[in-house]
Amino acid sequence: MSVLATLGDGAVVAKRNLIKIKRVPDLLVFTTLQPIMFVVLFAYVFGGAINLAGSDDGGQAYREFLIAGIFAQTVIFGATITGAGLADDMQKGIIDRFRSLPMAQGAVLLGRTMSDVANNLIVVIVMSLTGLAVGWRIRSSIPEALAGFLLLLTFAYAFSWVMAFVGLLAPSPEVVNNASFIVIFPLTFIANTFVPVETLPGPLRSFAEWNPVSTVTQAARELFGNIPPGTVEPHGWALQHPAGYTLIWAAIILAIFVPLANRQYKRAASR
Amino acid sequence: MTAAIVAEALVKTYDSGKVKALDGVDFQVEEGTVLGLLGPNGAGKTTAVRILATLLKPDSGRAFVAGIDVIARPDDVRRAMGLSGQYAAVDEYLTGFENLDMVGRLYHLGRRRSAERARELLARFDLVDAGDRPVKTYSGGMRRRLDLAGALVADPKVLFLDEPTTGLDPRSRTGMWDVITELVAGGTSVLLTTQYLEEADRLADSILVIDHGQVIARGTVDELKDEVGGERLELVAADAARLDEVRSILGAVGSGEPGIDAQTRRITVPVTGGSAALVEALRQLDAAGIEVRDVSLRRPTLDDVFLSLTGHEAEASA
Repeated sequence: MSVLATLGDGAVVAKRNLIKIKRVPDLLVFTTLQPIMFVVLFAYVFGGAINLAGSDDGGQAYREFLIAGIFAQTVIFGATITGAGLADDMQKGIIDRFRSLPMAQGAVLLGRTMSDVANNLIVVIVMSLTGLAVGWRIRSSIPEALAGFLLLLTFAYAFSWVMAFVGLLAPSPEVVNNASFIVIFPLTFIANTFVPVETLPGPLRSFAEWNPVSTVTQAARELFGNIPPGTVEPHGWALQHPAGYTLIWAAIILAIFVPLANRQYKRAASR
Repeated sequence: MTAAIVAEALVKTYDSGKVKALDGVDFQVEEGTVLGLLGPNGAGKTTAVRILATLLKPDSGRAFVAGIDVIARPDDVRRAMGLSGQYAAVDEYLTGFENLDMVGRLYHLGRRRSAERARELLARFDLVDAGDRPVKTYSGGMRRRLDLAGALVADPKVLFLDEPTTGLDPRSRTGMWDVITELVAGGTSVLLTTQYLEEADRLADSILVIDHGQVIARGTVDELKDEVGGERLELVAADAARLDEVRSILGAVGSGEPGIDAQTRRITVPVTGGSAALVEALRQLDAAGIEVRDVSLRRPTLDDVFLSLTGHEAEASA
């Protein structure tokens, strides 16, 4: 089956998933309301309490610092939709239907992950508008900011293949949601998403410094121009080269989980 | 006549050989006919369908659908067949139209043809009014019809129907039977699995009974009924407390062990000698002062066939 056929069939599957966002209330909340809630809650609940690097500006610097972290956490959580969606399709026999059609074998996973990029794009737009409303500003250039968004979406896309694999292993979408929470929550908290890594205790700090969630956040922060003035140079190669380090991780994740998920698709569907 | 579906010595085991789902199953479905695949739950019916429909690879054996090797050329088989699964595999958040249109696109019918075909099928399956509503709002019968319509998008010559009416109310079930009958009249070959013997009786030209992954009987419905032989005397006792007495009387009159359904107080026993046996049974019951609600003498049904072959009733084992 040619690459073109896979893309074409993938687009058909992706369209189906996008229609669902419109019609499934849970997904709509996940896609729009939850990001708004996160931005507003974090900005005002933590923003008022934490002042960065001795700045005394009523939390303005922290709010700007925070936004990239919330973006990163939210788009990574977005990968849960990939896993839960696949588990749901398995459970309901829709994967069987797909597999009985003369379509490209890789198209279901490709379509699934592609539609989740679209979903994350909506999420990022909603969050950015909310962020702008609570005082976040892009202090770099438009191309740099776009590069920041692109990097966030790229890393989230790679991560959605991890969840695709998990979703095909899991017996139900509920299991995917719970499992992803257990993994994604620490992964996105033991990082520089919400606090500077310097404030973390020893082992957590080392983990955070090499956690790709930290680097994608750091890179986005730099590209948005949201590094507070007077911030010390971060420690370690990863945080000093955040964009490159993030892309290396994305490539490694894709190289491992694309074949793994595709193999599991053929296997799981033929239980 | 050529065979639309051929299965040769299919073997499939699960759990690294511990569970034998299929243990050397052979059969053929002639073109334009319906083969009813019967068996208790876990007998291997669904495994057989999944292998033929390219969803599962057998450990050994060969299979052909429309003359195409299922293992060597699965994609060509997928183009030639339609599958309607055990539960309706339709997306409940899409409309009926969107579901069928998507399937058409994945059969690579092209944008225009897919939409046309979707509308045709909606009309054919009496879903025009519901066609632009999300499937979520459909009844069970409507979902099954849509699922079957999905299997027919590419107008396949061979159709696999895995328990197409399980869970449907009697009216929807009859509706599905009419649709299937119509398809077969149009030349489609069907492999049908079912737990409802009435369904097999009504639709199948020939029957294959499997249990524990092995074929235990095959033939036309009439052949199987003849094989079980004799007639059945069936009656309903008025008083559940006296079922045991009824059993011993019928056991003496009949030519086999009586079967009892305690809930409906219905007792069935094979008899030889027809009406004489009926009169004798009623005379003895009357002498014992046992009241009888309903009594009949009939040819064996497929239920009787099934019971005598597998030692348990078809639906009770579900």
